[in-house]
Amino acid sequence: MIEVRNLTKSFDGKTILHDVSATFETGKTNLIIGQSGSGKTVLIKSIVGLVRPEVGSILYDGRDFMQMDAVQVKNLRKEIGMLFQGSALFDSETVLGNVMFPLSMFTEMSPAEIKDRARFCLERVNLKGADDKYPSEISGGMQKRVAIARAIALNPKYLFCDEPNSGLDPRTSILIDELLLDITHEYNMTTIINTHDMNSVLGIGENIIFINKGYREWVGDMNKIYTSANKALEEFVFANDLFQKVRQYVLQNEHPGAGK
Amino acid sequence: MIITESLNTFGRYCLFMKRVFTVPDKWRIFFSRTVFEISKLGVDSIPLVIVISIFIGAVITIQMQLNITSPLIPAYSVGLATRDIVLLEFSNSILCLILAGKVGSNIASEIGTMRVTEQIDALDIMGVNSANFLVLPKVVGFLFYMPILVAFCIATSFIGGFFVAAFTDIIPVSRFIYGMQAFFQEWYVWYGFIKSLFFSVVISSVAAFYGYYVRGGALEVGKASTNAVVASSILILLLDVVLTKLLLQ
Repeated sequence: MIEVRNLTKSFDGKTILHDVSATFETGKTNLIIGQSGSGKTVLIKSIVGLVRPEVGSILYDGRDFMQMDAVQVKNLRKEIGMLFQGSALFDSETVLGNVMFPLSMFTEMSPAEIKDRARFCLERVNLKGADDKYPSEISGGMQKRVAIARAIALNPKYLFCDEPNSGLDPRTSILIDELLLDITHEYNMTTIINTHDMNSVLGIGENIIFINKGYREWVGDMNKIYTSANKALEEFVFANDLFQKVRQYVLQNEHPGAGK
Repeated sequence: MIITESLNTFGRYCLFMKRVFTVPDKWRIFFSRTVFEISKLGVDSIPLVIVISIFIGAVITIQMQLNITSPLIPAYSVGLATRDIVLLEFSNSILCLILAGKVGSNIASEIGTMRVTEQIDALDIMGVNSANFLVLPKVVGFLFYMPILVAFCIATSFIGGFFVAAFTDIIPVSRFIYGMQAFFQEWYVWYGFIKSLFFSVVISSVAAFYGYYVRGGALEVGKASTNAVVASSILILLLDVVLTKLLLQ
């Protein structure tokens, strides 16, 4: 479980996050949602320590990240896997080399064991036969899978995903979402996903934190989102006519009497 | 304004170097990366070094001949002047200025691209000291390979000069070769090698510094690689003055 308490962060005098508190639960896919520019990337980067907030505390199962020294941070990071928006695969390494990288860097396994583990991770994300290709030679969806395989190679306790679906078609997005949901349950990880894809929100949102203009506006899950009375959330999630119709339908058929 | 900015940049460079020069996490990976960098930065530069050196060696010989056509100066002084110019300045300072363009821009754009595509962030998140992991093998590899490039440069420059003596009639071959050997000072060779070692560290570390702190996109990567070449060229010339004063006087 990761707890964020009273986080405030500003850049050049402009406050991006205002006193944000949130709890991210173990074994669940925790979604941070919000418009572009609402501060969700800053929030996720603050939690992993790529950005240092001015005020607040971040607790990884009770361990305060802000109070840690360099060695403790380094050890904690071995428990963290992160999936970046652009996949961030190493261009100079093959697909297999990318997944093997954290293993050869941080474990004492033999080269054969490392290869086995890397192949296992690639199979887990349903990627076969691309071992010797370079990241530039495979599609965006495949790159995302490789990045997920690399992130889970060290069996992390915490998995962070920064917009895992950006730039992917809806079908591939759903596959990636389901993959993230499956591995979260399988390995009982604390998964934090930063997204503005409504398919993800309604499909895998087991715990949703809605950030609006730097404030934490709403917390709930994908079932509560239909009945939420929060105006900003409603406008953001059900932005187009189709989603509005879906919402009306769900409210009439599944939650009679709730909502408007 | 410029002074405070330069001092600020120099301070950040020093802090960056502090992160680079730490003990690698895994020596085995460090060595294999160093060998890879030697091949990429060093061995791949040999063709460029050879081509440039042959031409410049020939040009120096021709220009010396043009400038020293006097009955008072012995003909062998063309060989002597060619040798000393190559040993003192061309095979180290000028060669490093050329390599700053090739190797420096390569390092800055590679590391800069890794920064803007979040690959460096990915390394940091894994708990790898990205500055040390990416930059130290380049600095060490290039440092080790620099004397070899200088040796290649010296040898091929002399061959270029020799070609002019052999295939034109502006100077007899025997006079040229005699001049090459006359009044030889061994220290000049060591002086050139010592200078080149300093320059190699400047090229690789300054370029890595500019690449590492890129913010933005492809345009900024291009700018960083230009800035890296400009800054390392100026530093090479500055160090050249300081080292010449220290080593030759």
